Amino acid sequence: MSEIAEKVKKIVVEHLGVDEDKVTDTASFIDDLGADSLDTVELVMAFEEEFGIEIPDDAAEKIQTVKDAIDFISANA
Amino acid sequence: MFDLTGKKALVTGATGGIGEAIAAALHAAGAEVAISGTRAEKLEELKAKLGDRVHVIPANLSDRASVDALAASAQEAMGGVDILVNNAGITRDGLAMRMKDDDWDSVMQVNLESAFRLSKAMLRPMMKARFGRIINITSVVGVTGNPGQCNYAASKAGLIGMSKSLAQEVASRGITVNCVAPGFIVTPMTDALNDDQKKAITDGIPAGTLGTPEDIAAAVLYLSSLEAGYVTGQTLHVNGGMAMI
Repeated sequence: MSEIAEKVKKIVVEHLGVDEDKVTDTASFIDDLGADSLDTVELVMAFEEEFGIEIPDDAAEKIQTVKDAIDFISANA
Repeated sequence: MFDLTGKKALVTGATGGIGEAIAAALHAAGAEVAISGTRAEKLEELKAKLGDRVHVIPANLSDRASVDALAASAQEAMGGVDILVNNAGITRDGLAMRMKDDDWDSVMQVNLESAFRLSKAMLRPMMKARFGRIINITSVVGVTGNPGQCNYAASKAGLIGMSKSLAQEVASRGITVNCVAPGFIVTPMTDALNDDQKKAITDGIPAGTLGTPEDIAAAVLYLSSLEAGYVTGQTLHVNGGMAMI
């Protein structure tokens, strides 16, 4: 697993309080990990802080799964 | 009841009568308090009166950079902010036909925009902490209107709408957002009125007297408390019955 993927999964586990093994690449924050809309905003802000990037609103809307987050950050960090 | 030991509060407009009473009430309940205002020496006087657990952070809320700096300084000084009281307010009264753009802009900036910016800055740590109290000091005229105060009344009504929206956004995180709406309160401004003017005002108040800053502070203390955790998006009117809404 890449360093980015590891960090992303760690943030997701911490923020959503879910088991690490549930945070698979294809896991959807809302459908699989029990996040609500406010959780997803918090996650995006945590990613921004951790990776020192800015995630615009239209990009943030498309980040629905763990893999979406990893891909966006890999391309922009 | 209403023990705020260990809680950290930021009160804006703490140099005014109401703000000073709010800061004193939260402090007396055990909170660590950051007091802000434009006049540093007045803030230092208040700090001297209150004793320890007090931080003085002067700020000019008509300036965005100063508002953002205040949010950062308060969080740094206390290691967080659990209770935010947006009390600062100004008036630039005048009939609508004569109102200058600047009178409108400055009232909106200080009374409404600074409250939003400060709230926004506190949300993230409050959400992480799963606890927060935001209390916006509005006014009876924000609900009833008042001739000569289009700008002021609009800013105060704006606070109520903002509070209700924000309350819905963050309720699930243990953060409450409420307003306190004072009626006529004893301040240096009302002290200057003559007896006839005072009578005209009190005739419209069922309680028969003006309110005191402490009446407002008590309402803020309640809404700041753990006990008020299930109260959110509300406006608590403290006005001796002059408007029952």
